[in-house]
Amino acid sequence: MSLNLADVKRIATLARIAVEECEMPGYLQQLSNILDLAEEMQAVDTTAIEPMAHAQDVVLRLRDDAATEPDRHAAFQAIAPQVEADLYLVPKVIE
Amino acid sequence: MLNASLKQLSGLLAGKKVSSVELTQTFLKRIAELNPALNAFITVDEDKSLAQARAADALLATGNAGPLAGIAIAQKDIFCADGWRTTCGSKMLHNFIAPYDAHVIEQFNRAGAVNLGKTNMDEFAMGSSNETSYFGKVKNPWDLNAVPGGSSGGSAAAVAARLCPAATGTDTGGSIRQPAALTGITGIKPTYGVVSRYGMIAFASSLDQAGPMAKSAEDCALLLNTMAGFDPRDSTSLEREKEDYARDLNQPLAGLKIGLPKEFFAEGLSADVAKAVEEALAEYRKLGAQTVEVSLPNSKLAVPVYYVLAPAEASSNLARFDGVRYGYRAPEYGDLVDMYQKTRAQGFGAEVKRRIMIGSYVLSAGYYDAYYLKAQKLRRLIAQDFTDAFKQCDVIIGPTAPTTAFNLGEKSDDPVSMYLSDIYTIAVNLAGLPGMSVPAGFGANGRPVGFQVIGNYFSEAKMLNVAHQYQLATDWHTRMPQGI
Repeated sequence: MSLNLADVKRIATLARIAVEECEMPGYLQQLSNILDLAEEMQAVDTTAIEPMAHAQDVVLRLRDDAATEPDRHAAFQAIAPQVEADLYLVPKVIE
Repeated sequence: MLNASLKQLSGLLAGKKVSSVELTQTFLKRIAELNPALNAFITVDEDKSLAQARAADALLATGNAGPLAGIAIAQKDIFCADGWRTTCGSKMLHNFIAPYDAHVIEQFNRAGAVNLGKTNMDEFAMGSSNETSYFGKVKNPWDLNAVPGGSSGGSAAAVAARLCPAATGTDTGGSIRQPAALTGITGIKPTYGVVSRYGMIAFASSLDQAGPMAKSAEDCALLLNTMAGFDPRDSTSLEREKEDYARDLNQPLAGLKIGLPKEFFAEGLSADVAKAVEEALAEYRKLGAQTVEVSLPNSKLAVPVYYVLAPAEASSNLARFDGVRYGYRAPEYGDLVDMYQKTRAQGFGAEVKRRIMIGSYVLSAGYYDAYYLKAQKLRRLIAQDFTDAFKQCDVIIGPTAPTTAFNLGEKSDDPVSMYLSDIYTIAVNLAGLPGMSVPAGFGANGRPVGFQVIGNYFSEAKMLNVAHQYQLATDWHTRMPQGI
């Protein structure tokens, strides 16, 4: 499976990672090598096999619908890059 | 004191032969002397460690202290510890002061143990050589030109160089066992679900599992007794009776059936590692064990399967690092998406970015079935191989890694060749089984060799017994590097 530069650009957008033009060829080569490794999987027929998502066959636990977390927003926001009036600040989303 | 077992240290502390403050100071001094050469620790905080040591001494004075009270333990920098900088080896979290404790940290705090500092690691636990850390490479104390393995390379180097009595690690594809092998120490990755992942920064959640790294199996048993246990805050934590992992240490091995997977003793295994593992097997036969050949026919697919599944899970887990709530934010940006993209481009290192991109790709429309679903199906076949093998044996033994520690820089430009150093450990994570590495001597270049013990689900006590009996008969685990 070999990728092209347009694929790398699309993958970078999906991953929300800015990639400079000059980095593209390097990523193209390395990601293609990793996907070549993944191609080895095609050697085995898995038609009737049930996918395994998890090591243990456990069912998610349920708990009472009650608030259990104490309010620690001051401690949590103290480590945020930009906060004002108890709100996380990000660039304007709606004009 | 540097080579003392945890049991011996515990005895010294309980008998007032040494205080926790003295013990902690001894190791802090050793870290100050040797860490500049090894780079095994990212953060050391003498005041915090000594405050915990004083509290431990007060606890010890009451006579009601447990076996780990007062013992200083190094924590992999993947575990959030309240008030401690917790970086996960990344620029993304270079300034992150954790506002809470991971379950593992809580358990050690409850036991009265002292946090000796946060150990270096591959960035977000992605690596097999500890060369991807934002805080620099870790050196192998046996040879400063060699890697210590990864991703728990800082913990491994710290234990090997006796900068701490014991440490914690995490293992997603071999990150406890491979560095343990490459530095000549003992480490165990428990069955998936035995140790809570709460507060342990996530890489691939269906594979990540924490475990102890120490000088001996006996020490690992003691540490696992503290680390393991049900925690409702981890949705995959298993509700099981508390068990004593040291209970079977002294059982004789007569009649033990050891399975030798033929695929692990084939092409790709270097001759010196094969020789050391064969000698360990000869020792087991002397102890009354029998060996039987088993087969794990799909294990050769473990590496490709892992490098689809782990990046897929990582791409989802690492989406949280967006520069909004904590950690790094790019200094200059335009709109919101630009802020995300620049923050992540600048905050993550090359290997982390590669894996997030692979993960995003294999989960994307049109490729999901061919990669992600295919890998999940093969995961079942790989797990089934172990189930079949354990019908013929009690434990499986083989090499932990195909070679001894490689040189710094040797594989860092070739991700795929780096991935192959976890060829014997990855299948164990995919199956969710417990695995451990035990020191078995040295290779042709004088660097340590480890063998791997793989057990059936929840057979940690048996595996620790198997390793402990070997360590009673040999002294490889007591060797320490000289001249660092």
